[in-house]
This record gives sequence, C-alpha cells and structure tokens, in this order.
Amino acid sequence: MKKLIIALAASAALLSGFTTGVQAQEKKKVCFIYVGSRTDGGWTQAHELGRQQLEKALGDKVETPFLENVPEGPDAERAIERMARSGCDLIFTTSFGFMDATIKVAEKFPDVKFEHATGFKVLPNVSTYNSRFYEGRYIQGQIAAKMSKKGVAGYIASFPIPEVVMGINAFELGAQSINPDFKLKVVWANTWFDPGKEADAAKALIDQGVDIITQHTDTTAPMQVAAERGVLAFGQASDMIAAGPKTQLTAIVDTWGNYYVKRTQALLDGTWKSEQIWDGLKDGILTMAPYTNMPDDVKAMAEETEAKIKSGELHPFTGPINKQDGTPWLAAGEKAQDGVLLGMNFYVEGVDDKLPQ
Amino acid sequence: MFEAILLTVITASTPLVIAALGELVTERAGVLNLGVEGMMIMGAVCAFAAAQLTGSPYIGILAGIVGGGLFSLLFGFLTLTLVANQVATGLALTILGLGLSGQLGEAFVGRPGIKLQPVVIPLLSDIPFFGRVLFSQDLIFYLSVALVIGINWFLFKSRAGLKIRAIGDNHASAHALGIDVIRTRYLAVMFGGACAGLAGAQLSLVYTPQWVENMSAGRGWIALALVVFASWRPWRVLAGGYLFGAVGIGQLHAQILAQNLGIVIPSQFLSALPYAATIVVLIIISHNRRTTLINTPASLGKPFVPDR
Repeated sequence: MKKLIIALAASAALLSGFTTGVQAQEKKKVCFIYVGSRTDGGWTQAHELGRQQLEKALGDKVETPFLENVPEGPDAERAIERMARSGCDLIFTTSFGFMDATIKVAEKFPDVKFEHATGFKVLPNVSTYNSRFYEGRYIQGQIAAKMSKKGVAGYIASFPIPEVVMGINAFELGAQSINPDFKLKVVWANTWFDPGKEADAAKALIDQGVDIITQHTDTTAPMQVAAERGVLAFGQASDMIAAGPKTQLTAIVDTWGNYYVKRTQALLDGTWKSEQIWDGLKDGILTMAPYTNMPDDVKAMAEETEAKIKSGELHPFTGPINKQDGTPWLAAGEKAQDGVLLGMNFYVEGVDDKLPQ
Repeated sequence: MFEAILLTVITASTPLVIAALGELVTERAGVLNLGVEGMMIMGAVCAFAAAQLTGSPYIGILAGIVGGGLFSLLFGFLTLTLVANQVATGLALTILGLGLSGQLGEAFVGRPGIKLQPVVIPLLSDIPFFGRVLFSQDLIFYLSVALVIGINWFLFKSRAGLKIRAIGDNHASAHALGIDVIRTRYLAVMFGGACAGLAGAQLSLVYTPQWVENMSAGRGWIALALVVFASWRPWRVLAGGYLFGAVGIGQLHAQILAQNLGIVIPSQFLSALPYAATIVVLIIISHNRRTTLINTPASLGKPFVPDR
C-alpha cells in the first residue's frame, strides 16, 4: 500500500512534469526526495522549508516537485530513477541512507545532477552537502554549563555513529570551556523517532538528577517532558519553542534553504560542479533559534561564541583536548581535521558514558 | 526516585496492556487481526484532533475509541463478510492506518497537546506511596485496570464469554449449536479496535501529548506479541505489559547508573533486554505444552463460511 501511494505520487509528479513542461520549456526542474513525511516536525520538515524557500526565491525559473516517505533501500533507487526520468535537472536526495541509490542512478543519468545530504560518495554529477551541527552543540554546551545548577546535563542520543558522537563531544567541550568539571550523562534511545521512548529517556535523566536536557533524536517529546518537569532543554533540527515556551534555551535549526537557492542558481548559471560541501553557522546552513529563558549575560556569551565561530576565530575542536581515557588527542592550538571528525568514534575527556567499540 | 520510575513504567505499560487486551478478545473469538498498529495510530490521531477541536481530552478519549472501532470494521467487513485472508488484511490495515492518520493529522502537527489530567481519588490517594502511584492516575489507567478485571470475568465467568471462546475453539461446532459466529466475531473485532483506539488516545493525550506521524512507533506489534506471550489470559497480559514496560524503562536507568559507577555496559545490550526477557518468559510458559494448547484458540485465523 505504501509503495502504491509512492507510485501514485510519483506518477502524479510525472504527469505534472509533462503538462507544465509544454508551456514553460525553459523552466528547470529541481527535485527533492524525502525519507519522511514533510510535516514530521524535524528532519524532513527542515528540508521541506528549504524547498519552499527555493520556490519563493526562484519560483519563476524552476519548479520543485518532491516525493515524501521514500523508504531507504531498493524503493529509493526506483523513486530517484523515476524522478530522473521525469526530466529533473537537479535532484536533492535528503537522507544518508539514499547514498548508494543516488550513486547508482547518477551513473545511469550522467546529464542529471544530484546532491546527496550527509553522505561521502561523489561523482562528476553528484555532490554531497552537510551541516556542521557540532558548532551549535558547542554553544549549547556553554549555555548548559552556565544555566545548570547541578553541573550535569542529560543527552538523549540515537545511535553511536560519528555524527552523534561528534555532537556529544562538542557539547561537552563547550560546557568544559565554562566549567571544567561539567558532567554529561548520555542515554542511548537506539531510535531516531519514537516520541514515547524519547520521553521516557528524558524522564529517566531528570529522575537521575540532571537539570538540562539536550537531544539528538527527532521529536519534541523530550522538550515537552522537560517543560512538564520544570527543567531546561535544547531543541533539535527545528525550533521547538512551541513545545516549551518557558523551557527551550535555544535550538540548532537546519536551514537548508539558502543552500538550495545557491546551488539552484549555480545550475541556472551553468556553473554547477560536483563538490563536497560541509557548511556551518557562517554559511547560514545552520542557525541558532533565539536565545531564550536565560539571563542577559549568558545570552551575550552565547552570541559572542556564535560570532567567533562564524568569523573562524573559534573552532570547537581546538586543542589541548584529551581522549576519554586521558591520552592526548590534540596538542594546544591544534584543530581537528574534518576527516577525523567525520569518522569520530571516541569520546573526549569528561564524558561519563562508555562508547561501545 | 523509585516512585518516579514506577510512574514512568505505568505510563509506558498502559497502552500495551489496553491494546493487547482488545486483541486478546478478538483472538479468543478466533480472529487474528494484525492491524493493531494501524488501529492504534488511528485512535491516536482521532483523539488528538477531537481534543484540539473541542478542548476536552475526555471527548478525545471517546473519539479515539470510536475511531479505532470504526477502523476495525473495515477489517471485519473484509475478513468476515468477504472472507479475505486475515493476515494480509491485517497488515494492509496497519499500512493504511499509518498513511491515513498522517493525512488526517497534517493540520495538527506541531500543535501543543492537551494533557489528560489525573483524577485523584479521595481518601485512597492519601495512602502513603501506593496512593500516589495507583490512585492519582488519569482515567485511562483506571480503565486499563477495569478492563483486565472485566474481561477476565466476561471471558471465563459469563455466558457470552463462553460463546466467544467456543467460537474461537471450533467455529463449526459453535455454528451448529446455533451461535451466530459472524455477528459475534464482528463484535469481538470491534472491541479489539476500540481498545487499540483507546491505547492510541493514551499515546496522544497522556504519554506524549502531541501528534506526529507514526507516533505509535511499533507499540501495536508489541501488543500483538504480548497476547501470545500471555497465552491468551488477561491477567498475564497485565503482568507481561508491565514487565515489558519495566524492562524498557529500567534499561534507560541502568545506562545512567552504569555511567555513575563507571561500568561499561553496551547500550545495544540493554536495548535488547526486553526482547531477551520475552524469550525467557516464553520458554518458561511453553514449558508445559498442554496448558499452552488449552489456552490457544484452536480456530485462530481460520476463515469461516457458514454452510446453509
């Protein structure tokens, strides 16, 4: 049934492509493949907002069909191929799990351009793009260290992959820059999306004495629990202030729109080429939700750190940093290389959790 | 802290218990409805929408029950009247429910939910510890306990319950005795749907008062497993549901405790604990094969076409 719905949606997209293609020959087609629902309140919604921004900015020059709820796996390849066949000029595949499918289809359609989110495989017609989420998490860590009365925060994590480990480390390093003894408790929910389980994890952390919650899972459930229990929390992927008006300190917000506009403009100008892009706060691919529910001095500090990261003055992973077991990782002043960050499989000193190796 | 953990366990276990109790009655009548997940999510979206539109979580509960019940009618019509394959239809019901609820709920995504407030029972709630844990709960928790007691009495002490069990064990004989098999099965299916809908309402009004697509996140499947796990006995559903809930919450606390003590326990191992516990209990239960057979509805999943 789900496949049927996808097939129907795809053929509808196809049809609309044909009908509009006749009247506006010169309009380019920029297509999107979503892993979830465009109203999921998190990851996919952030991409959908980006698509809408693109539509607003360049709507007279491009059309932007999309397919949602495309499962990772064999269905993804079919969906991407259908998009490519329907005359898309540029296709954004917005989930890590679409990587191999994107590459396979790209090999068959050398004239179509592809952009794959958060992956690492490229071709002459395939770019990758990703966001330096860790920059935001460093700022959150600093705020947490200022705001926590108990000096301990709780981190709801999804899966022990480099992206998540990097976030935990950045948060802890930010906190340590304010309070060297700051503690971080990590709970692995082993899911990206399960409101109930995420809420349970938040409750467990609060029951065990943390007074700040941060999450690397997709729903607003932890924010809601934090609000109910009267502790503070950070939002993830989207601004979650509606779930905790008196609770959210800030959120790292994925803002893909600027990037989508930039790359589509490159396509229109004929300057598009395959790149591996890892942008951050300074490029606007990542923004911080308003700093709320904190005193002015903490807010000023957060804003200053944000400005320093944007200007390049501050890199969150700058030595001296030791690994969890105390062995040195980065010497004083040394900055972590992107390759190491993207494959991060160890904790920095101060994290209490033990990473399964 | 123990009290706080207990309260979390109750919240996590209640939807499993309610949905499994409904499915238990359906299966006792010989119908295997694998669509629990779909009916649950339909209940969740109906409950959330109704609570938002009317401002009353109690109307939300009602809408959840009605939504789940009506949705299960579709399953009833296909499998009982048209005699479609129960397994395939149940799976289709789940997929349809997930998709349809996403459509229905689109307008409600991101809206702050209305939480069902606890009903504090006077006097009883003053009992130290137990009063706060057991008698300061929301209506759905009280309903879950009432359902266990009621269904246990109904199935094993009442005449109608005997009929249901007779149909589930041998629908041909029951038919020969003059029991209306199809009609009774329709009612059993609808009861299962209503319970799944109530469980869904608990998700979107109590557990996490919000609506997001696919928020049941597999709880319907756990409820299905729970019925087999409980060998079709209501009290065991209650025990099993709380065991599942307790192990799930316990492993989260164990993760934090391990960190406090500096011990390494891989989180994947802790996450697998509920399933490991399931296997252990299943081995213990199935140890005595005869009692298992007595409890299993013999014509479960078999289609019934009345001969004229």
